[in-house]
Amino acid sequence: MRIVAEHLSYTYNEKSPFETAALHDVTLTIEEGEFFGIIGHTGSGKSTFVQHLNGLIRLPASLKHAKKHKAKKGQPLPPAPVLKVGEFDLSDKKTDFRALRRHVGMVFQYPEYQLFAETVRDDVAFGLKNFSEKKLTEEEIDSAVCAALEVVGLDFDELKEQSPFELSGGQKRRVAIAGVIVSRPEILILDEPAAGLDPLGKKEILELLHRLHREWCKTVVIVSHDMDEISENCTRAAVFSEGSVKYVLPPKELFRRTEELTALGLDVPLTAKLCAALRARGIDVDCDFTTEDFADKVLAYAASHPKKEGDA
Amino acid sequence: MKDVTFGQYYPRDSFVHRLDPRMKFLFLIAYIVAIFLATNFYGLAVCTAVLIAIIALARVPFGKVLRSIRGILVLLIFTALLNILFVDGETVYAQWWIFVITREGLLFAGLLSLRLVLLVLCSSMLTFTTTPVALTDGVESLLTPLKWIKLPVHALALVMSIALRMIPVLMDEVDRIKNAQRARGADLDRGGLMHKIRTTIPILVPLVLSALRRADELGDAMDARCYMGDKHRTKYKKLHFTWRDLLAFLVGAVLITGVVLLRIYLPAPF
Repeated sequence: MRIVAEHLSYTYNEKSPFETAALHDVTLTIEEGEFFGIIGHTGSGKSTFVQHLNGLIRLPASLKHAKKHKAKKGQPLPPAPVLKVGEFDLSDKKTDFRALRRHVGMVFQYPEYQLFAETVRDDVAFGLKNFSEKKLTEEEIDSAVCAALEVVGLDFDELKEQSPFELSGGQKRRVAIAGVIVSRPEILILDEPAAGLDPLGKKEILELLHRLHREWCKTVVIVSHDMDEISENCTRAAVFSEGSVKYVLPPKELFRRTEELTALGLDVPLTAKLCAALRARGIDVDCDFTTEDFADKVLAYAASHPKKEGDA
Repeated sequence: MKDVTFGQYYPRDSFVHRLDPRMKFLFLIAYIVAIFLATNFYGLAVCTAVLIAIIALARVPFGKVLRSIRGILVLLIFTALLNILFVDGETVYAQWWIFVITREGLLFAGLLSLRLVLLVLCSSMLTFTTTPVALTDGVESLLTPLKWIKLPVHALALVMSIALRMIPVLMDEVDRIKNAQRARGADLDRGGLMHKIRTTIPILVPLVLSALRRADELGDAMDARCYMGDKHRTKYKKLHFTWRDLLAFLVGAVLITGVVLLRIYLPAPF
């Protein structure tokens, strides 16, 4: 499933003193099979954008759109917003949003706070039961929950009867992710999946995402403000700022623009900073900004430029 | 739920918004007294005029203020009907079984309905023009005399302001949890009563847990900053009476006097 968004705009609390624009004319395409990153500050509109993708925020109906802009005469009508996820046209009111949500899994920030059931099994099965057309047998539920728990690295037999609230923080997050992927969505969206975890937990979650991307969901979209996370993992990344998309580039090209990103108040990965520092000293290292590649290239450079006498 | 403005504070920079919250409270009390002292339409007409002046001064849209009647609409219709149908009087317009419609009944119903409407509108003007924080500050200050009878006024005001402070936070939380469960296929917008009850569990459990967690964290944060209650505590925003409050006080006083005079010199409903 391909995600196509054109001219998407959104305002919170429209026509009240609390009005705030969250998205402004966003156009973005995410191809099937991508590991896509969305970067931006708090309030840059990135969360609002991803909530559009499974219909949690609806597009204004096209009629309303035309009416809203009729008032300004003499000006051409701004292009109508378009949002399509695979076959689903999200600007159409009649779209079956529940069917859409089965195909587009969404893991919110701190997903462990949405756990509610008495046992891990019931919690993971919640989405499965909601989405299934017919009533599932206990065996079918068990096998699906077991598979979902296994892929997130948890043991079904050990945990199934436990209360999700007794687990450790990292385990809770895994259970919550299992609760989303259990219905086998084609697209998985994660909002800050590694927020609040220690470095090891972060690493594990990212490995988990790669495993999911390989075996489970065709497309993975992560929202993050951690540039290292993006540079190490994504095929492409979009930079959001003040509600609009500034760049959509592969990390390798994106992080060359150190100055532009800094001007937007964003950080760049450590490797990009090191590259910039080296370049300032006349050493040009051309790498894709993952730690491994950076180390390789620097070593290769060092090997081809043997240390001269008198060098610092 | 983001579209619901919490409480109803309507931000504006107006004369009424700038009044001291204590004065607004006292004025509201005076106004309510005036409403109930007014036994005829002249008195209530004066009260209505004052209310309209307040709304215009506060620059809150009339429609928005009028909408606050919705909450008591059922009560309003019910009391009006009871009065119209059951109050005895001399001039009978219609009679059927145990119901009588009389001139007195109609007048009384009108009087009572108008009173109720004014009461609700004026109270909601208080919340339209005063932030919850200013309200609790005002309550605390007005209740200070009760410290003499060992009432923990400061603690009560704190509880009230924390509760008010947390409502929007928890509303956001409800929003977030709802969206998370919706993303997991929960059907929250349709279905009958039983279905609705069943679907509240996946929202309620995480919400209560989060409220408890927040309470814990807030308690720790207050402890960490050595919060000890109101002993030796100074205020960031001190309340001050200004010329505006004097003016409001005078209007309130004149209103009550005027209504009493109308009651004495024009005792009949008309």
